[in-house]
Amino acid sequence: MMTAPLEKALPVPTGETQPFWEGCQNHELRIQQCSACGQYQFYPRLYCTACMSEQVEWVQASGRGTVLSFTVVYRPVTKAFTEDVPYVVALVTLEEGPQLMSNIVECDPEQVAIGMPVESVFEDWSEDIAVLKFRPALA
Amino acid sequence: MESLRGKVAIVGAADTEVGVVPHLSATQLYVKAAKSALEDAGITKDEVDGLITCNSFVEPYMYHAEMIAEYMQIFPRYCLNVATGGGTTLAILHHAAAAITSGMCHTVLVTMADNMLSGLSRDRAIEAMSTAGHAQFERPYGPPIPAFYALIAQAHMHAYGTTSEQLAAVAVACRRHASMNPAAQMRDPITVDDVVNSKMIASPLHLLDCSLVSDGGAALILTSAERARDFPHPPVYMLGVGEGHSHEHISQARNLTTSAAKEAGERAYAMAGLGPTDIDVAELYDCFTPVVVIELEDLGFCPKGEGGRFVEGGRIELGGELPVNTHGGLMSHCHPGHPGSMFSVTEAVFQLRGACGPRQVKDANIAFVHAQGGIMSTHCSMILGKEVG
Ligand SMILES: [Zn+2]
Repeated sequence: MMTAPLEKALPVPTGETQPFWEGCQNHELRIQQCSACGQYQFYPRLYCTACMSEQVEWVQASGRGTVLSFTVVYRPVTKAFTEDVPYVVALVTLEEGPQLMSNIVECDPEQVAIGMPVESVFEDWSEDIAVLKFRPALA
Repeated sequence: MESLRGKVAIVGAADTEVGVVPHLSATQLYVKAAKSALEDAGITKDEVDGLITCNSFVEPYMYHAEMIAEYMQIFPRYCLNVATGGGTTLAILHHAAAAITSGMCHTVLVTMADNMLSGLSRDRAIEAMSTAGHAQFERPYGPPIPAFYALIAQAHMHAYGTTSEQLAAVAVACRRHASMNPAAQMRDPITVDDVVNSKMIASPLHLLDCSLVSDGGAALILTSAERARDFPHPPVYMLGVGEGHSHEHISQARNLTTSAAKEAGERAYAMAGLGPTDIDVAELYDCFTPVVVIELEDLGFCPKGEGGRFVEGGRIELGGELPVNTHGGLMSHCHPGHPGSMFSVTEAVFQLRGACGPRQVKDANIAFVHAQGGIMSTHCSMILGKEVG
C-alpha cells in the first residue's frame, strides 16, 4: 500500500476544484452532474461540456469503477515515490461515466488487469488533503 | 478553406551536430542551425522576412522568436513563437505555409533547438520529468512520462494482442537506420531480445522502448513554390498538411488506442490528393515504441489493431514495404525535446533530395512526416514531395 511521505507535493485546490477536495477530506468521491442534460463530468468545470449549461451540481459518485488501463511503475518519477515502487498508475472509468487517473492500491501490482472492478479509497496526506485511490472491489 | 497544396516549398534544411553537444548553449544551437540552413538555401539573413521558433526549455526567453531575431540581427515582418510539444515542428510549418500563401511574408526561417542532455541542472532535470500531467488530478499518482505512454501501450496490447516483441521491432528498426547515419547519437545495432530484456521502466515499456535525451538543433527555410526554383537545391514541396487535437491530459483522452493522428492524416491526404500507398518513406514521431504502432494504424498504413504485426519482419526497415525513421528517429538519432521532429523533416528533405547515402530510400518521391505532442494530444501530418503535384 502506498504511503504519503511528506516529500510528495500536496495538490493545491482551486475555487473550481475545492468541493472535490472537501469530499476527499470526508472520504467521499464527488463529481459534477449537469442538471439540464444529466451528464456526469470530471474534472470539475464551469459548465457542462455536453450542453454548455452552467447548472452543474456536485453529487456523490458511487466510488465504483473499472480499470481502463494501467502501468506498473518501476522507476519512480521523483525520490518522493521511491518507497512506493513498484506502484500502479491507472486510468479508471467510473460507473457514472467519467474517467480519471489514480493508483490501484491494497493489492499485488501483478493482480491488476484491464476491466478489473475497483472501488474508491482515500489516503490522508495532511489534515486538509486526502487523495482518491482505488482498490480491487470486494466481490 | 483554400488548399496549401504545392504552394510552398522547403528550400533550405540543416541539422547541427546532435547527441552530446556540451560546448554549445541552447541559443547557440538555434542560431547555428539557422546559419547552416541559410547556407544550404544560398541566401543571406537579410532575405528572411519571417521567423518562427519554439521556446527552449533549458534557456527560455519570454519572447523567444524576438530573442533569436535580435541575436541574429534580423528584422522580420512576421515573428512567432509556437508551442505544441513534440508536434510543434509541423504546426510551425503549417503556420509558415499559411503566412507565405497569405502574403504575410515571403521567406520564413524556422529554427528549433535545445540541450536537454547537457544544459540542465539536476533540479531542472527533475522538474522536466515531474511537471508533466495535471497538477491536481495526475501528478499525485506519481506518473513518470513513460507511464503516460505505458497506459496507451497496455490498452493497445489488451485490445489487439500487440506484444512487447512487436513494440521492440520499432526500436530495432530505428537503431538499424541510425547505424547507417554517422550523425546519430546511438549507432550500435540492437535486437528484439535486447529491448525486451532491458530494464522495465513502466510496464509494458522497457528502457529501450523509450527515446533518447539529447542536445541538438535544426532549421528550415520555406518560401513560395514560384520563388522556390531559384535556390541551389531542388525544392521540396508541401503537398498536404493537417492537424488533429484531442486533449491535453491523457486521463481526458477520448480513446487510448485511436489518436487524433487519424484526423491529421486524413486532412493531409485530402489536401495532397494522395493516400498511404503513395508514400515512399515515413518519418513518424517515436518518443516511445507504441506511438509508432498507433500512428501507422491511424495514418492508414495498416488497419486499426494491425500495427504490431505491421512493424514485424523488417517491413518498416530500409528495403521494407515502408521505411520508417530512416535517420534513426527520436529512438536513436536524437531527441532534444520540442525540436525532435525537426530532424524528421530535415531527413525527409534529404531523402527527397537523394542525399542520404547508405540510408537512402530508392526512388523516394513522396515522404510522410508525422509529429505528436503532449501525450498523444496534438498531432500534425505533412506530405512532402519532389514534384509540385
Ligand atoms: Zn448538460
